[in-house]
Amino acid sequence: MLAASSSSINSSLPVFSVADLNMRIAGSPTDLVENFSIDVFPGHTLCIVGESGCGKSISALALMGLLSPTEIDIRSGTIRFEGQEYPVSEAQNARHLRGDRLAMIFQEPMTSLNPAYKVGEQIAEAITCHHPFSSDEAKKRAIEMLAKVGIPAPAARFNEYPHQLSGGMRQRVMIAMALVNNPSLLIADEPTTALDVTIQAQIIELIRNLQKEANMGTIMITHDLGVVAKLATDVVVMYAGQIVEKGPVEAIFNDPQHPYTIGLLSSMPKLTGQRERLATIPGTVPTIQSMPSGCRFSSRCPFRAAICKEKPVARSFKNNHSVSCHFAPLDVILELSV
Amino acid sequence: MLSFVLRRLLIAIPTIILISVFVFTLQKLLPGDPVLAMAGEERDPQVLEYLRNKYRLNDPIFIQYINWIGNAFVGDLGISLRTNQPVLELIMEKLPVTIQLAVIAILIALVIGIPTGILSAVKKGSAVDYCANAIALSGLSIPNFWLGIMLILLVSVRWQLLPASGYVPFFEDPLKSVSVMIMPAFVLGTALAATLMRHTRSAMLDVLKSDYVRTARAKGLKEQTVVLKHAFRNAATPIVTLTALLFGELIAGAVLTEQIFTIPGFGKLIVDAVFNRDYAVVQGVVLVTAVGFILMNLLADVAYVLLNPRLRSSS
Repeated sequence: MLAASSSSINSSLPVFSVADLNMRIAGSPTDLVENFSIDVFPGHTLCIVGESGCGKSISALALMGLLSPTEIDIRSGTIRFEGQEYPVSEAQNARHLRGDRLAMIFQEPMTSLNPAYKVGEQIAEAITCHHPFSSDEAKKRAIEMLAKVGIPAPAARFNEYPHQLSGGMRQRVMIAMALVNNPSLLIADEPTTALDVTIQAQIIELIRNLQKEANMGTIMITHDLGVVAKLATDVVVMYAGQIVEKGPVEAIFNDPQHPYTIGLLSSMPKLTGQRERLATIPGTVPTIQSMPSGCRFSSRCPFRAAICKEKPVARSFKNNHSVSCHFAPLDVILELSV
Repeated sequence: MLSFVLRRLLIAIPTIILISVFVFTLQKLLPGDPVLAMAGEERDPQVLEYLRNKYRLNDPIFIQYINWIGNAFVGDLGISLRTNQPVLELIMEKLPVTIQLAVIAILIALVIGIPTGILSAVKKGSAVDYCANAIALSGLSIPNFWLGIMLILLVSVRWQLLPASGYVPFFEDPLKSVSVMIMPAFVLGTALAATLMRHTRSAMLDVLKSDYVRTARAKGLKEQTVVLKHAFRNAATPIVTLTALLFGELIAGAVLTEQIFTIPGFGKLIVDAVFNRDYAVVQGVVLVTAVGFILMNLLADVAYVLLNPRLRSSS
């Protein structure tokens, strides 16, 4: 089931690293995202999983520099990308990287394209704003890109408006727009959530092929563990703004250590074996106002103990697998059929 | 597109008929007798009767209406009871004056209102935003007549920079014509600028939150391009509609300002006609205003469709 294989991680340097990102809603006393650190390697896909509101999307927007500083206070965090190093709070000014070296596709293809302009123009614009191409060259390049993302009759589609395209087509246009400048990192924020199931599989397949072709690093934000199994090389599990566990995809699926990860995996339906009720994690994510002071998962954790009032530190294991839990590593390897 | 315009024109016909009936009956309900006003001191019943017959005021009201609307349809709006000039001629004489005033006023309103609206949306919550809002609010609250009088007092009387009143036809001496009109146009324009600014601000605030603006930023476009190209293009639709409607309102609504600056325009024509119970003129003026307003509405609709690719392809 684990389609993507994790090649030896230490063999290359990460194309994109974030260290120690902390941010909060301006004026709030509690961090929305805490100690967020990830490394993305060329050709690898890092999947960030977690339920809604766990800070996946907002972290991605912060890395792209798309958050308004008046609303979100980025308190710390450093990005290392293609040999450059800059604070996350300065990401907003990294306009030369955005859309060129660093690209993003969004969750909502229906509203992410400007209704007033032709889709082709919107792609061409991404080219001309970074490269000194003439509008004819940019148009030619945009049409090539439309063909590459599997849009039939690309030259005719160039002149169509977003409302003339279906959701799946629009997401293909978004992908074309993001990849037209051959970025070295793609951030995809739940790119299939708003689409039909059959289209979802096509889009995932498309992203995977384009990524392989360009040896591009990818951050895939999702809450669909099926997508993770299909695409991921590495997995980051987030809960309530914290990374609770991260590691290579095999380690996460075969040897989950954090109670939250275990809960997530056991909530996934199985195709084989006895049909049972799906496991659920009791309770809901605490709101930012009522965040437990120690381990943020403690209010829902079946293994809760006195020590959980203290903040757990991330512990690393073999093979870059790390967990933020007082009880890790687990003595008993939990049997999970995945 | 053509069929869309034709369809809208067809829809406008019943509206115009309804307005004409309304104008006509309202006029008849007004107190005062035009014949008395015309005859002046001479209250000889024979003279009154003669006048009534001459202007066919003894006919049943329905016949009077049919006569009026039938003539109006071929461009004959009757003869002014007061000056004996054809009403259409009077209107054609005054209308260009008011249109010129309205055009300058709208230009002033656009030049002030849209940039401040955009700026205050982009800088929402900042000092710039608060200042712009405060100025807009005062622009809305300061009465036209007061601002007009103050301008005359300062600019014309004290500093002697611009003429206080009068009118010079545009094609006679464009520069002088505009310089005479600039003060009244400013008075009219500032109030509209405030309305436009507030609409621009709220439309921009809406659009700036949208996903496609985020996409535009993610592309790495300059903030200026994001705001002016991607956001404003979408915010412009309601603003264009509003501008067309405001223009229609200006044609009829410049009465007070025209009085203050003694501009021989449409507003003055209406006021004089009402005071003199000059039925034919009042009816003609109101009808022309209504038709003008409907045309501006049509223009607004057409602009709305032209600006919106989704509607453009379906019409």
